[in-house]
Amino acid sequence: MHQQTLAQQSQALAKGDYSARELTSHYLQRIEQFDSQLNSFIAVTTEQALAQADAADAARKSGTVTSLTGVPLAHQDVFCSQGTRTSCGSKMLDNFIAPYNAHLLEQLQLAGSVSLGKTNMDEFAMTATGQSSFYGPTSNPWDALRISGGAASGSAVAVAAGLVAASTACDTFGDLRLPAAHNGLTGLKASYGRISRFGMTANASSFDQAGFITRTAEDAALLLQVAAGFDTRDSTCSQDTVADYNSSLNQPLSGLRIGIARCLFDASVDSRIADLVLASAGQLQQLGAILIDIELPHSAQSMACASIIGSGEASTNMSRFDGVRFGYRCADPADLDDLYQRSRGEAFGPAVQQRIMLGTHFLSANQYEDYYVQAQRVRRLIKQDLTSAFGQVDLILTPVTAALPRTASKTADPVSDWSCQRYTALANLAGLPALSMPCGQVDGLPVGTQLLAPWLQEARLLNAAHQYQQATDWHHSRPNGF
Amino acid sequence: MALTSSDVQTLAHLTQIRLEPDSLNDLACTLSQFADAAESIREIATNGSEPLISPLEITQRLRADTVSEENLRELYQSIAPATEDGLYLVPKVLD
Amino acid sequence: MQWETVIGLEIHAQLATKTKIFSGSSSAFGAAPNSQACAGDLAMPGTLPVLNEEAVRMAYLFGLAVDAEIGEVSRFDRKNYFYPDLPSGYQTSQMDLPIVGKGHMDITLEDGSTKRIGITRAHLEEDAGKSLHEDFSGMTGIDLNRAGSTLLEIVSEPELRSAKEAVAYARAIHSLVQYLGVCDGNMAEGSFRCDCNVSIRPVGQEEFGVRAEIKNVNSFRFIERAINSEIRRQIEVLEDGGTLVQQTRLYDPAKDETRAMRSKEEATDYRYVPCPNLLPVVIERSYLEQLRTTLPELPVQKRERFQSEFSLSAYDASVLTASRAMADYYEQVQKTCGDAKLAANWVMGELSSLLNKDSLEIGQSPVSAEQLGGLLVRIKDNTISGNIAKTVFEAIAQGEGCADDIIEKRGLKQVTDSGAIEAILDEMLAANAAEVEEYRTADENRRSRMFGFFIGQAMKASRGKANPQQVNQLLRQKLEG
Repeated sequence: MHQQTLAQQSQALAKGDYSARELTSHYLQRIEQFDSQLNSFIAVTTEQALAQADAADAARKSGTVTSLTGVPLAHQDVFCSQGTRTSCGSKMLDNFIAPYNAHLLEQLQLAGSVSLGKTNMDEFAMTATGQSSFYGPTSNPWDALRISGGAASGSAVAVAAGLVAASTACDTFGDLRLPAAHNGLTGLKASYGRISRFGMTANASSFDQAGFITRTAEDAALLLQVAAGFDTRDSTCSQDTVADYNSSLNQPLSGLRIGIARCLFDASVDSRIADLVLASAGQLQQLGAILIDIELPHSAQSMACASIIGSGEASTNMSRFDGVRFGYRCADPADLDDLYQRSRGEAFGPAVQQRIMLGTHFLSANQYEDYYVQAQRVRRLIKQDLTSAFGQVDLILTPVTAALPRTASKTADPVSDWSCQRYTALANLAGLPALSMPCGQVDGLPVGTQLLAPWLQEARLLNAAHQYQQATDWHHSRPNGF
Repeated sequence: MALTSSDVQTLAHLTQIRLEPDSLNDLACTLSQFADAAESIREIATNGSEPLISPLEITQRLRADTVSEENLRELYQSIAPATEDGLYLVPKVLD
Repeated sequence: MQWETVIGLEIHAQLATKTKIFSGSSSAFGAAPNSQACAGDLAMPGTLPVLNEEAVRMAYLFGLAVDAEIGEVSRFDRKNYFYPDLPSGYQTSQMDLPIVGKGHMDITLEDGSTKRIGITRAHLEEDAGKSLHEDFSGMTGIDLNRAGSTLLEIVSEPELRSAKEAVAYARAIHSLVQYLGVCDGNMAEGSFRCDCNVSIRPVGQEEFGVRAEIKNVNSFRFIERAINSEIRRQIEVLEDGGTLVQQTRLYDPAKDETRAMRSKEEATDYRYVPCPNLLPVVIERSYLEQLRTTLPELPVQKRERFQSEFSLSAYDASVLTASRAMADYYEQVQKTCGDAKLAANWVMGELSSLLNKDSLEIGQSPVSAEQLGGLLVRIKDNTISGNIAKTVFEAIAQGEGCADDIIEKRGLKQVTDSGAIEAILDEMLAANAAEVEEYRTADENRRSRMFGFFIGQAMKASRGKANPQQVNQLLRQKLEG
């Protein structure tokens, strides 16, 4: 059962090949078997999952079904899940039982899906390694000595190891697409505004968007169909009509113009990765796409931009964690300042503290104009580059990241660990939808290729990825032993 | 751009995070590395490009002025560190 | 040394929206602690702001009423600082692009002249919660019901030159926002708070002196006293050769002095940054024009109309239009009895005394406008005398019913039958024969004093019910004749 894609499971459940309870139990048993070595789940909600599965089976009997009824999913612990702990991978929220559901979880629950639990993540999604969670690092199932990538480390690893068919995740600079790529999976970040951010703990509010880590584009389409749409609780949520993602999956790619920015394939990219990514472009060409050279003159600034604005927004978003109304409070605070300083000092890990301070630095009076506002001006230029490129092409293809995942034991270089998101961050800077999908392996480690589309054009993205996956096999690869 | 231990102390104060004194130097080093990595932004000619605040090109939607939230105090305070008589408790604040 | 005072006021008016500015929580006053604080107000993870349309309408309405420049776009920014009554650790406010730009407010000074005070801007922002410092054994209790309530911060130019001017300006804004129906102006409940920026400089100097900000003054009396005590303090410091530090201060009414706030740090870097969760607020000019047609008659206009339509003096018109509630009350009384002057006298006289005695607002008056109007009708048609009317008024205030009920029940109808009055007078004069003799032989002065005595006796004999004008006339006849 765990070898099946989500779409296949949906059909199997519809046909009655097995029940939701059987499928859920199967996954719960696998989690118990494998997760102690992987640490991809922070919380496995066994009883709830079985109850939901039973409810789904009952609903199916009475005829009220959707494509997701009875389908098990796992959710990154950045999404508030009502009545259960929502930790964001941090000691600060270790005791936080969310009083409400994130909009995304609500939608998926209403559609009858089963929640297996909350997946591990880098603390408050502030690194991209999978190493900085309060609950311990997540192991890479392809190579236990390497990092899994993050921040959505657990969401990616759980799918890769066959502990769930698909998971939800949040993407701020690429921290959904990157671990997906490192784990041989498809990672979709929706357009900014396509999925409500209500209940998704904010990191950098103008960058954050939800998405899915799945085996296939078809699975991502299924999930996006349920998740996308207007929510009154999010001012940045679009009211634009939701496309029919499934119906356009099978459109032929002939004439599809795909832009390649040669500057992104320079010597800073591992040449083996570059080759595979360009090969994926070649494959799309074989399917009828036309490759066109484009320029993205300001793309080299993506990380500087993301770092400055992202850390600035994150720093202010994190001020609410103060030990007053919820979350961690230090013992016996002597006075108010002590309450704040020790609660935050004791409960935030070093990466989070660094990011908050870095952001505060850029927002400070002496730096604000020269760095923060300047970065916002450059952000507009990056967005304009992309808009202008989309005047000539329908999709843009780039590497997901420049290097293979490093070994976990290597001393961390925070800046280089952070900079691996320089291609993925382009999409967040401009609010565009983007998808990473497996396109090969180097030394037995998965490599991904990235596609970007214009705003709200997820259908086009999923169509191209689906066609690619009909013609290739990489998305079927699984790590040994799982 | 290099940040000093003193800068870090100021930042720790502004962000209300207690740091161990012996961590200041390392932190200053790490933050300086991040700041350096972002330095290139200053060289970019922006030609008066307007700062981009949101990637969306829509304006703020307005909400009707009708009550839509109910009193869930018991639920919200069930996860609070310290309350009494419905109030959140903090060490005494002087003004 | 001749000192000039420079004052600017920042007024925080809580807008009369039903819900908060960014969340759908009720903003009604007086609820149990934290019973009106939703997840968003508590700044729980993943909660997001959505802007209240009434807040926007009210802000624009205020802008139109003060003739302000209104930009096409306004934006929200975060002002970052830590305080337990500020759940998110930042206040969402408006920094660079406020919803209302430059406007002005005309005030009337003590000498009757008008002065135009510039309004720099008015912007929307969220209010913080409340801290309760007593009764928690060394802890402070935080109530977040108010956190997220809608505030309109109205900033004046530093063009006020005395505490009295500052009060006049504050009163004018207070009156206006109530007239517009955008704020209930209830200072006791904190709906209208003033921060006073005070500095002094030698007369003739152009540069501003170092200013002190006196925060959260919530009565007009305190505004005047706080500013004056601060001016005194600043003069004393400077004349003693000291220097002043820019700081935030609080007014202590018991000591009649200001003191520096202990917790506020000077020159805090608030690290203002545009809020990424809110988008630019844009309005069409057509919306503003349509909104303009909904502007009610403003205080200045009403004052002028009262003077022309009701022939009231500037002073009377000013008193009667001090609040919209008062003006509406007066007009109702006037309409009912048809006598503007009579109505003015009673509203500013008996009614005001009654309200002041029990510290009531016009809205809490135990005598309604209809009831007062009905009473005045009975004075005008001579059913009762002015004096008796006062008795009836008190009875109405006690809840005994309307004027007609009371007059009927207590038999207070004025006696107007001359025969009856003559009979009373004859009896009274007979009883006071000696005084009558004295009167007839006395001089002018003595006569007028004695006449008063006879009037008193006559009113006593008639238990106040005899028509005073007739008594006067008939008595004179009898005494002279």
